[in-house]
Amino acid sequence: MALKTEPMVEQLELMGCIQCGKCTGGCPVARKTTLNIRSLIYNMLVEPELDVNAHPELWDCTCCFTCVERCPKDVRPAELVIGLRGQLVESGHIPDTIGAALTGIFRQGNPTGIAREDRMGWANGTQIKAAQEGCEVLLHVCCTPAYDPRVQVVPRALVKAFTAAGLDFGTLGTDESCCGNEVRRMGESGLFEMLVEENGELIRSVGAGRLVTVSPHCFNTFKNEYSLSGGAGEQGSGRAGEQGGRGAMEVLHYTQLMAELVEQGRLKFSNEVKKTVTYHDPCFLGKQNHIFDEPRAVLKAIPGLKLVEMDRNRERSLCCEGGGGRMWAEGTNLQERLAFQRVREAAETGAEVLAVACPFCLLTLEDAVKVQGLDEKLRVMDIMELVDLAL
Amino acid sequence: MEAQPRIGVYICHCGVNIAATVDVEQVAEFAAALPGVVVARNYLYMCSDPGQGLIQQDIEEHGLNRVVVASCSPRMHEPTFRGAAQQVGLNPYLVEMANIREQCSWVHGDRAQATEKAKALVASTVAKAFRLEPLEEREVGVVPGAVVVGGGVAGMVAALDVADTGFPVYLVEQSDHLGGRVAELNRTFPTLEPVVELLKPLVERVQNHPNITVLLNAQLTGVEGYVGNFKVEVSSPSSSTPSSSTFDVGSIIVATGYDVFDARRKPELGYGQYPNVITSLELERRLLERSLAVDGHTPKSVAFIQCVGSRDVQVGNPYCSRVCCMYTAKQSRLVRELLPEAHVTVFFMDVRTFGKGAEEFYDEAREKGVLYRRGNISEIYRRGERVVLVGEDTLQGRPIELEADLVVLAVGMEARSDVADLSTLLKLPRSSDGFFLELHPKLRPVDTAVSGVFLAGCCQGPKDITDTVAQAKAAASSALIPLIRGTVPAESATAVVEPELCAGCGMCVEVCPFGAPALDPLWGVSRINYVLCKGCGTCAVTCPSKAIRLQHFTASQILAQIDALAV
Repeated sequence: MALKTEPMVEQLELMGCIQCGKCTGGCPVARKTTLNIRSLIYNMLVEPELDVNAHPELWDCTCCFTCVERCPKDVRPAELVIGLRGQLVESGHIPDTIGAALTGIFRQGNPTGIAREDRMGWANGTQIKAAQEGCEVLLHVCCTPAYDPRVQVVPRALVKAFTAAGLDFGTLGTDESCCGNEVRRMGESGLFEMLVEENGELIRSVGAGRLVTVSPHCFNTFKNEYSLSGGAGEQGSGRAGEQGGRGAMEVLHYTQLMAELVEQGRLKFSNEVKKTVTYHDPCFLGKQNHIFDEPRAVLKAIPGLKLVEMDRNRERSLCCEGGGGRMWAEGTNLQERLAFQRVREAAETGAEVLAVACPFCLLTLEDAVKVQGLDEKLRVMDIMELVDLAL
Repeated sequence: MEAQPRIGVYICHCGVNIAATVDVEQVAEFAAALPGVVVARNYLYMCSDPGQGLIQQDIEEHGLNRVVVASCSPRMHEPTFRGAAQQVGLNPYLVEMANIREQCSWVHGDRAQATEKAKALVASTVAKAFRLEPLEEREVGVVPGAVVVGGGVAGMVAALDVADTGFPVYLVEQSDHLGGRVAELNRTFPTLEPVVELLKPLVERVQNHPNITVLLNAQLTGVEGYVGNFKVEVSSPSSSTPSSSTFDVGSIIVATGYDVFDARRKPELGYGQYPNVITSLELERRLLERSLAVDGHTPKSVAFIQCVGSRDVQVGNPYCSRVCCMYTAKQSRLVRELLPEAHVTVFFMDVRTFGKGAEEFYDEAREKGVLYRRGNISEIYRRGERVVLVGEDTLQGRPIELEADLVVLAVGMEARSDVADLSTLLKLPRSSDGFFLELHPKLRPVDTAVSGVFLAGCCQGPKDITDTVAQAKAAASSALIPLIRGTVPAESATAVVEPELCAGCGMCVEVCPFGAPALDPLWGVSRINYVLCKGCGTCAVTCPSKAIRLQHFTASQILAQIDALAV
């Protein structure tokens, strides 16, 4: 399918690009696929047409946004990938697995396609307040922690911690739907706009002062692309969103709230967790939203826990390859997975535990540990699993 | 009052700039019928010699005592027409302009409407001209002497030129030595001479000059006054007995230099984390000491990364720092000479070697074996005792990794962190990049919005030593103009207090941004310093007794203008 390049060049303001190469240079998948975002931008600039179908590597992008962070001219290269994916979505040329995930989100509010009625299964019978009745903290569980058995321990641990701290919190229960962060990044802008509108209305109607998410992906889109925080969404989905009538909500990732509770002394850790732990900065929390210290503060507060750092930490954390729809798309290079390299780096620090703060990182890094036979040496755990041991 | 106003009105065609949109003949006809108008003409280019000649001829033949020129903005030609009138003995403040170009023909398309608007503008200006009064042209004496703030190359060069002309110069330097940033370098491009050979004669001349007083460990702590009559307070806060002195000078030259970009603001490059990653300034030190070892090992691979902290909106510095391409070519070449076995690579986005001998210098660096690879490095991480540079070779179009023992970051220039204080002291505006703002980027590179204060060197923007010296000499030249002339003209359109009406309330003193009014201690009424007064009118509108008249913009003049428009 030949795409006329000029309108997208204008819309995305690609003319600012000076072809410095920092984007491709820092792209984690550029090394193992043919994805070269700088070259794509250049071709958009110099060629009148682009055959979008000739670029299957477009589905390799994890939307880690390293390119956006590094670009000295603020061109936001990843938005071109998202824009081109949009063209593919419109013409129906997408991997089947991506199509299935999008259909699931549309029909059942989550990418697994499992029934919406089963969304609260993770709670294991524990009664959780329905946010619709009003609460101070609205906990957004996220689809993967809700449905994936491995990750369900995380929201359970959060509930335990919030209860211990005496927080007035609730969830949207089975009314909760996918936040749409990955939907936008997979190119389905229409579905994304629908989710922003419906979710936005539902969340605002709760009237909570704070929205706390389990996943950094949900955090990223609620904070920057919905208009819950009072201002218009920063990253262009084309929507400014509704003008927040009930006043601004504070959008937080759970590590931020946990760090606050620990600092205020509202959460006490009575058990020792004698482990050497290294922390992997998730792209959507660290690189994109610059939250590096709060997760570390929570870990350091756990008695007996020793925190060691990997060399590639903070801004240079290596993407686990779970974002940008990659949980539902294998990509063009199955042999080398970034997660393999990452868990090796973690093992090299001598740590027994690789701590994460994202459901996608949890799944991809744990898989990598198993595939490489490192399960005796290294265990992948979410921060909340460690907190749970300490409470 | 003197004789009846006899007004001459001149409508300019400005080629086709005005005439294509405004019917200038019609406007001239209209003007002829206005009260007080004796002569009304239209002409192709009023600012030309024949155009000015028309005005002068009419003044002499028709006894004109007021002139209205309807043409471009006064910012273009007010001095031209004032000068023309003055030449034939008419007070220049009896000339007024109506802007029928920028404010009429250039912004409207409909000929009929534009012509009507031009007529209204002319009518309004004629009404003002009717009420204009001649104003005195005054001059103020200039104190012979200058203060130069900053003892680097820019400051020293400027100070020498002013001192050589015969005027006393007070050179104020914050640190304990002269030489500034250049003193931290090893060799300079393109000659590769050691900086000590460049600086030593300069410093010695300054220190030994009978007209230059060098004040080390000193800072500017107060500035009062105006061009030709500045009172500058200099303090030495760091010495054991803090002291301060005041100097009376006619001109001030600011040569305070720059700060180096802090490479820790680019954490992905590993500066501050890995000992292998250093800045270009740190390399200068090592080149001077001829020691490039990292942890005791001789580097086998040295990499330079250009544009660190420059051309980068992520750190808020979108500008190019101008010197880094040349200094990297210099440093990389010197490294090759010191380490002939080492691979030396420069990672660049563009190479800007623009000065005299600069392109040739860049050629030589490459001929000596420095490899230039196009692609800005994205991140650096550790591999054993070495580091790995991760980027893309954009000319090959593929991602690359390079292992290196030593990485040099070509850090750029930034405005000094304390620039805000100096800016406040001297009331100097700054451009969006933080450096001091010159009056006009092309035509007035050393002047500032404050008369009598001039800029030299990197405090105005990044530049190399060659351009710094040129600008310092330019600043000295501009600073010398009032000093040599001995007087500066004072603006005539200033505010004046009618003492009988003044109640001594002091509100004008409070509202004036320039400190021009002051209450006379003996009489209790306000008096306005006509040199400090900028004619903004704030005091005039504030005065509750209506005791203040803003000359050339009096209430009766402005009200007459408004009335003429309302007709």
